[in-house]
Amino acid sequence: MSSPTSEGSAPQTAGIVERLVRDDVDRKRFLKMAGGAGAASFGAFVLAACGSSTKTASTAAAPAAATSTASASATGDVAILNYALTLEYLEREFYAKVVASGLFKGKVGSLIKEFGSQEATHVEALKGAVSKMGGTPAANPNGKFPITSATQVAGLAYTVENLGASAYLGQAGNIQSPEVLATALAIHSVEARHASTLGTLVKKSLTPDGAFAKPADMSMVLAAIKPFLA
Amino acid sequence: MSTHISTDAPQTGLANPELANVEVSGLTRSSFILRGAMAAGAVYGLGAVTPFVSQALAETGGGDVEILNFALTLEYLESDFYNVKGKEIGLKGQAKSYASMFGEQEADHVEAITTTIKSLGGKPVAKPTFVIPASSQSSFLALASVLENTGVSAYNGAAPSIQSKQVLAAAGSIVQIEARHAAAINLLLSKSPTPSGGFDVPLTKAQVLTKVKPLIKA
Repeated sequence: MSSPTSEGSAPQTAGIVERLVRDDVDRKRFLKMAGGAGAASFGAFVLAACGSSTKTASTAAAPAAATSTASASATGDVAILNYALTLEYLEREFYAKVVASGLFKGKVGSLIKEFGSQEATHVEALKGAVSKMGGTPAANPNGKFPITSATQVAGLAYTVENLGASAYLGQAGNIQSPEVLATALAIHSVEARHASTLGTLVKKSLTPDGAFAKPADMSMVLAAIKPFLA
Repeated sequence: MSTHISTDAPQTGLANPELANVEVSGLTRSSFILRGAMAAGAVYGLGAVTPFVSQALAETGGGDVEILNFALTLEYLESDFYNVKGKEIGLKGQAKSYASMFGEQEADHVEAITTTIKSLGGKPVAKPTFVIPASSQSSFLALASVLENTGVSAYNGAAPSIQSKQVLAAAGSIVQIEARHAAAINLLLSKSPTPSGGFDVPLTKAQVLTKVKPLIKA
């Protein structure tokens, strides 16, 4: 995260991103929050995504739990867009590396390629949206991703897409502009489609949260992506 | 319905032969609005539907409760589709397990939206009676794809008009599930899981109404 924060991005946004990524307290705060809001499957997902051994309580979640994690860190639409842009940069790079690895062929290979190119269109759309709002698009962070086998990569992709979907969901209520919200929603459901598709590939749940998708707080997401930042 | 959602969604694909003989009966305020809009759309085309619906919504108050009741009608349809029609048909294999899982989730959506409407002081619309023209696993799945993908577009189109943060969060939480269903059904049909590419296309309420028009029994 040091390169995007040192240049190119709105200083305040970058500061927040940097601080959150580094601040373990935020992560713990999230885990505590997730304990209250997450159903069992979500708790398991959070643990997987955060790579933590901390136990979260698995309380059954009401649909209304979707409202509880509005991030205190989000400061305006530009900040939210730059946060989404950072996630999309990483997804784009991840898929590009997966495609380059040649681990997937045939039908699955073309799906992976397709998803990668869709993440690339998300990057462009978000950059455009930031600029349109008078902001400076965040710089592209360099990612690092373990790419060892098709099974491992598909599993990671499933985790990443679920994280992405919950990240967008976590911000929906914080977005002020209806146009920005419409853009975020159009992307959000595509991330969900990716996650579901990957679920069929790795034989994991298409709907890991059940009938109501759970949102993820910004600090949790940033903690979860930390291992993938070079 | 909304001035800030893109209304230039492609008009192609609005006609869905799968829906041709689906019928809905049951007189509720929502279905009354639906039918009125259908009639206007049939006679004057899509352009005529929007003002009709706006007027109808203006007359009935509109707002989050109206959006939720519209969503509730779609969820009733999806729930009956899987839980009633799906059982009738005798689905096999993956289609059967999807219908069972998705049907349960659509029923949960019905319940959650009903509760939300009540908590806002509104009155949930009654469930219409649906007559769904699927008679085989393949026609069932084709219709499932249309319903789920339309559901995604309906929520995405309506969400920016939602006033309450809580209602928006609930809608977001549901639309993500519809998208997951849509992708899985499409894959089962060897269709693209992302039929609109990188960005799901929002539909205005009027456009959704046009899509489900054949479902409405006059």
